[in-house]
Amino acid sequence: MATTLKPHGSPIAPSAALPRNPGMPLDMREVARIRVNRSAVERRAATLGTRRTVKKDWQAAWLVQAVRVIDLTTLQGDDTPANVKRLCAKARQPVRRDLLDAMDLGGRGITTGAVCVYHNLVATAVEALRGSAVPVAAVSTGFPAAQTPMDLKIEEIRRSVIAGAAEIDVVISREHVLGEDWKGLYDEVRAFREACGASHMKVILAVGELGNLRHVAQASHVAMQAGADFIKTSTGKEAVNATLANGLVMVRAIRDYFQETGHKVGFKPAGGIRAAKQALEWLILMKEELGEEWMQPHLFRIGASALLTDIERQLSHFVTGEYAAAHQLPMV
Amino acid sequence: MKVPALLDSLEYGPAPESASLAAQWLDDRKRTLGHFIGGKFVAGSGHFDSVNPATGKAIARVAQATTAEVGAAVAAARRAFGKWSKTPGHERAKVLYAIARQVQKNARLLAVLETLDNGKPIRESRDIDVPLVARHFYHHAGWAQLAATEFAGHGPVGVVGQIIPWNFPLLMLAWKIAPAIAMGNTVVLKPAEFTSVTAIAFAELCVAAGVPPGVVNIITGDGKVGAAIVEHPGVDKIAFTGSTDVGRILRNATAGSGKKLSLELGGKSPFVVFEDADLDSAVEGVVDAIWFNQGQVCCAGSRLLVQESVHDRFVRKLRDRMEKLRVGDPLDKAVDIGAIVAPVQLKRIKELVAKGVEEGAKLWQPSWACPRDGCFYPPTLFTNVSPAATIAQVEIFGPVLVAMAFRTPAEAIQLANNTRFGLAASVWTENVNLALDYARKIKAGTVWINSTNLFDAAAGFGGYRESGFGREGGREGIWEYVKREPSGKAPALKKVKPLKGAPAIDRTAKLFVGGKQARPDSGYSLVVHDAQGRPMGEVGDGNRKDIRNAVEAAHAAESWGFATAHNRAQILYYVAENLSVRAEEFARRIERMTGREGRVEVDAAVSRLFTYAAWADKFDGAVHSVPLRGLTIATIEPVGVIGLACPEEFPLLGFVSLVAPAIALGNTVVAVPSEKHPLAATDLTQVLETSDLPPGVVNIVTGKKDALARVLAGHDDVEGVWCFGTNEGAKAVEAASAGNMKRTWCEWGAKRNWLDRADGEGPEFLRAATQTKNIWTPSGE
Repeated sequence: MATTLKPHGSPIAPSAALPRNPGMPLDMREVARIRVNRSAVERRAATLGTRRTVKKDWQAAWLVQAVRVIDLTTLQGDDTPANVKRLCAKARQPVRRDLLDAMDLGGRGITTGAVCVYHNLVATAVEALRGSAVPVAAVSTGFPAAQTPMDLKIEEIRRSVIAGAAEIDVVISREHVLGEDWKGLYDEVRAFREACGASHMKVILAVGELGNLRHVAQASHVAMQAGADFIKTSTGKEAVNATLANGLVMVRAIRDYFQETGHKVGFKPAGGIRAAKQALEWLILMKEELGEEWMQPHLFRIGASALLTDIERQLSHFVTGEYAAAHQLPMV
Repeated sequence: MKVPALLDSLEYGPAPESASLAAQWLDDRKRTLGHFIGGKFVAGSGHFDSVNPATGKAIARVAQATTAEVGAAVAAARRAFGKWSKTPGHERAKVLYAIARQVQKNARLLAVLETLDNGKPIRESRDIDVPLVARHFYHHAGWAQLAATEFAGHGPVGVVGQIIPWNFPLLMLAWKIAPAIAMGNTVVLKPAEFTSVTAIAFAELCVAAGVPPGVVNIITGDGKVGAAIVEHPGVDKIAFTGSTDVGRILRNATAGSGKKLSLELGGKSPFVVFEDADLDSAVEGVVDAIWFNQGQVCCAGSRLLVQESVHDRFVRKLRDRMEKLRVGDPLDKAVDIGAIVAPVQLKRIKELVAKGVEEGAKLWQPSWACPRDGCFYPPTLFTNVSPAATIAQVEIFGPVLVAMAFRTPAEAIQLANNTRFGLAASVWTENVNLALDYARKIKAGTVWINSTNLFDAAAGFGGYRESGFGREGGREGIWEYVKREPSGKAPALKKVKPLKGAPAIDRTAKLFVGGKQARPDSGYSLVVHDAQGRPMGEVGDGNRKDIRNAVEAAHAAESWGFATAHNRAQILYYVAENLSVRAEEFARRIERMTGREGRVEVDAAVSRLFTYAAWADKFDGAVHSVPLRGLTIATIEPVGVIGLACPEEFPLLGFVSLVAPAIALGNTVVAVPSEKHPLAATDLTQVLETSDLPPGVVNIVTGKKDALARVLAGHDDVEGVWCFGTNEGAKAVEAASAGNMKRTWCEWGAKRNWLDRADGEGPEFLRAATQTKNIWTPSGE
């Protein structure tokens, strides 16, 4: 019953080495025709987790997949090399080895999707993750409020790229969206993308500060047109962060963009995702709206930190049949 | 260990809800269920299998009631009625509250039993059906508590026979039983033969909740049992949910019996997508409209109307979504579409789909296959469908959607209303102006804006047109389960002496059609006699062609329904004013015809016109308190063209008492005046002509009243008939009304004191002149 999403029009052969989204000229017609009905979106979001569920071995597999897409994150004023190194160690070995072995996954090299830090800790993280496949993501462009001069935002990206960040999580100026200045937003994200160079760009929309869901959809489209590799819900610092309703609007935009252009853009919800059950709901959202490919780390990430602890706890229960105490699992 | 393979595939695995407790429940009852009569479980005398349609295996043996058992159930209900009807509202409220609690405490058992018996997905029985059942009893516990004050002057109807369908076995049971017993009625309910198990489980909850014996009786069996309930003389009202065909049979069977009737019937509800809709959300709406409960939903959005500019894009999105639907084991928590209720239904679906293909529509189904065992059918989309196609007109009652494109909002309305049915509609647009305008224009009892298949106990549900009449839920639903307690008898009016020297023959009154005096098609006249039996005038002998012309004129005047209430009130006041100027003349005329004093009747008629002028802008709708962010608006709409057979006893007042409430609320009418004393009504045409009443709003056809009423009842372009005459006349009207399921209101035997304001006017008349449309309007940007 598995189906793959196809772009409408000419079918595009799936390729292993995923080409990046090159973007396209700003398409105001597409932006103008967007309509989003909040109540209907919320109804769909509310029943995603009641219409689908995974149990037993399937649930364990999905939880491991959730681990694989976590951008293990710390974004605090008191971050230092000590806690960032610890975080990186956890990213390399996110689930206790005996648990993975028990699930026959010991040889799979299970890691988190990335480690995500502020610029000042990029070098530390890169060093700590050397030899692993785990990339370092840097939040950038005046994160989280984006209220810094444009030239400094560009410079911040460049510095993080130089420091070794393979992924840059940029944050947009909400002013462009609230003022419906789509050209301004497009130009901003385009400039970010240029500065990112070979590093992949995740564009944070800060959905909780965009006023309404139509703006969320419009900003998603403009960000993708401007060359986003991923679109991301939030910084985690807004009052409202990743909700399934916001996520639903964004993944529908990703689907539309793919079907119009054939370009695959990834999705990253971040902020407030703490429980294993939530992670499953987000995976269900991706499978239902976009298909299995969008459940993979190259197109899906979850920005989180505490989430990993809960997932590991659930996996421990799956393997042993009993619930583990927090101190029995290596801390983040 | 299969985790590595599952990590690669990321499939959904099986997620079955356990059926073990439900199986235990059935085993404890030896898988054999009887009837529930007079508070006792009575073993049946014959049985048939109740089959799980997902497996084809019998889960229990259900009893087939005999006529004697039906009689016993009705007798038990009758015995219980005396006490229950006098039980204080608060005591009844406590019982309903206890039922609601019992439902909640046994929610999972009920849900699993329902899914086993019916084949609907456990998600739906668990998250929708059973919570709504509890909600219905909570809500109606409230109406029981408030009955004495909110429905003062009204009492229960009596013993109610209730016949429910198999698509929502428990939920339809709750919709029927809760309002009935809340208002002091007692019930005999028959569940559908495919799905009787949860009704018996519910009976056990009634015992646990302390429902007095006989208040709720449940008997099981096939259609013959239903027929026995309908025909039983001890039943005062029939409430039925099911097909329009059976509804028609019930209308005929109860005609002239005096049994109150409410019918919730079929539908072919439009699901309308405008170009400025949130298309992705509308796609999810379609899923909930036509693939909810396998499409076996009377209000399923089964006709998809999409604006041409977004049609192809929308259909692409819909097909992508259909690929993701999961059909299979209804007990699986991740299944969207369960089993069709029975092989006979599956066969019907397949036949209609074949018919659709044969008639040239384009069929599309997802690439995956349904399970082979059990009664399953895949979600199905037809495009390139014309309104004339069978699949566009007939209720398929399965997961089959037919799609059509439209160009403009006006065309969307025409297509949406181009159906015999009028149960529900779903409208998708982000334009509030368009949404509300559309909601007003569509002929349907429920309109969901940017949503679909939302239900709640606080909002009435029921149809326009051949989707039936009566509402279930909310205040509007309560009226189906109460009747007015009559207020006193008619006063004796003084006899008067005939006028001396009056001319033997004065003038010949014509018919009044489309604002003009019209000669009767027959070319014949009827002589009108005075109180002493002497000829005093003639009126036209109207026939079916005159009725046809009058109905056409009434339809041509439909813009009256869109006139402002203020405007309608002004005209009624003006009629009153002009009548009062000629009061003495009318009084004398009445005296000559009836031989009793006339002025009191004329004054009452003037007052009555004032009453309905007053009501014109005060008979408001409501905003219901349903669990929805937004507004659920119960709006009051005219029935349409109403045929009126006016009472004999008060030639002027009786005429005014029917015409005024009907036109005050925007209906147009074809009135047949008192057969014996028609001249008061025909004289009134001159008053109407000089009172700015638009032509065609009131049409008058004189003649043989019962025969003309029968013609009106059989006319499919008449939406309602009120017949105040003989029992034979009423019987003919009720039977003939089954053609288009028009709303009828029949009284015979001079029960009403027309001079009394409590008896002769008021909300009872206004309710008959209107139907409630609930518009669900979610909000939030």
